[in-house]
Amino acid sequence: MILVIAEQRDGRLNRASWEAVAAAQAMAGPLPVKVAVLGSAVASIASEIAGAQVAEVFAAEDPALSLYTPDGYAIAVRAVVDATTPTFVLMPHTYQTRDCAPSIAARLRKALITDVTGISGTGADATFTRPMFQGKLAAQVKPLGEPPFFVTLQIGAFRADAVQKGGHAPITPVPVHLDAAQVRQKPEPPFQEAKQAVDLSQAERIVAVGRGIKSQENIAIAEKLAKAMGAELAASRPICDNGWLPMERQIGSSGQTVAPKLYLALGISGAIQHLVGMKGARTIVAINKDADAPIFEVADYGLVGDLFEIVPAMLAELEKA
Amino acid sequence: MNEPDAYALEEALRLRERHGGEVVVCCAGPARVQQVIREALARGADRAIHVQDDRLAAADAFMTADALAAAMGDEKFDLVLTGLQSDDLGQAQTGVILAERLGSPHSTIIMEVQAEGDALRVKRELEGGWFQWITMPLPAVLTIQSGINQLRYATLKGIMAAKKKEIRTAAMPPDLQPTQQIVSLAVPTRAKTTHMIEGSAGEAAKDLVRLLREEARVL
Repeated sequence: MILVIAEQRDGRLNRASWEAVAAAQAMAGPLPVKVAVLGSAVASIASEIAGAQVAEVFAAEDPALSLYTPDGYAIAVRAVVDATTPTFVLMPHTYQTRDCAPSIAARLRKALITDVTGISGTGADATFTRPMFQGKLAAQVKPLGEPPFFVTLQIGAFRADAVQKGGHAPITPVPVHLDAAQVRQKPEPPFQEAKQAVDLSQAERIVAVGRGIKSQENIAIAEKLAKAMGAELAASRPICDNGWLPMERQIGSSGQTVAPKLYLALGISGAIQHLVGMKGARTIVAINKDADAPIFEVADYGLVGDLFEIVPAMLAELEKA
Repeated sequence: MNEPDAYALEEALRLRERHGGEVVVCCAGPARVQQVIREALARGADRAIHVQDDRLAAADAFMTADALAAAMGDEKFDLVLTGLQSDDLGQAQTGVILAERLGSPHSTIIMEVQAEGDALRVKRELEGGWFQWITMPLPAVLTIQSGINQLRYATLKGIMAAKKKEIRTAAMPPDLQPTQQIVSLAVPTRAKTTHMIEGSAGEAAKDLVRLLREEARVL
């Protein structure tokens, strides 16, 4: 059996959970797919999932699961795994999963394969593809030892709209028995640092800068290009970490996710945390001096060269028309 | 040094400046990782523990965490900081498994650390610009997000001082087994065909602008 741990917050399933269900259905072969949802009140989410082509939905409810904590979720997921004995446990590779999945695997001493981008083979023979060296290489990985094997799926690697629907799965409650004293972390409610003044998700064109821009002074040339193209200016994480552009202009897993008509990446190598925020763009242009930069993997147009020569030439060309 | 680990070390040095105490660098790897340990000592760590074994060069997160936990257990550290993931395997597991092995609570992807007596209050990054404060008792393990602070670099004085600092070598527990196996490694297959535009900067820029206007029709 393949068990998917669905992720919800405030009574809403996230898209990544559907991606995990799609991945489970695609790799299942003879194995049935079942889904568990955890929280303080999950009835409506459980029935939403029961409408997919899955064999069973488990509802693990406990008041102590209302706000996520790694201890609370490690105990609850373990209770579900112990009660259901899956071969694989699939989870979306979200910040929440990254916080609790290694705990669960460590407590059970079972394999955990993280950030999976592809699955070949089906059922118990599955092999998993995951990035290494920040996406420069792809490794084919197999778990060792006895199941259950834990697998986390990179956001966007599987398609949520590929989920096979039209099911009427039974919903089974799973007791968790969570003693509040076992939860050592005391969480406060999530908050946003600053009002997002710039909504980059609505931008038609985006010019984004990365480490290749080299200094804060050089941001001006990217700004000029953005203006000439009618684009918003954005950046990869290191640029915002350095304070060269405000955090609200950061694209990637910890920033905004965008899907503009045009995304032009200047001196961005394309770490996976950045790619998940922009690979949905319709046309992607990459300008980078490193021909092996992972950004070229997702680019429609690529230029290997010095951005400080290419951008002024582009500006001259744009002014001509 | 892994980039996220460099930020974890910097955070440890800053906590020592505020609260006193000692910063110990722990590393599990073959003999060559001594170079990274020396760099950490040059940046200001007080001493180091090196779990040395050639098998650690290709270890998974379980082996690394188990090896570290065995060597670190007796030290009774108040706070353990790791980078959130490594630059090579990028599994994002070692810190959390280490917390389990040490019996400590943990939190991951941390952007601010406040130590108050026996309690720890940390700012955890969530997706899409959201954050959350979390309180937990010490001892604890945190995985640190890149960009939490501004890194310092080793001074000449630091490099000289590092030569005299202690590096304790520990053996890896003999029975550690990997939980996963890399069957093959390859350059990733392309998701789409990339049109590589050749020529001088001037020619390539001209071609690009034309293609964006006429072929992609996005300008």
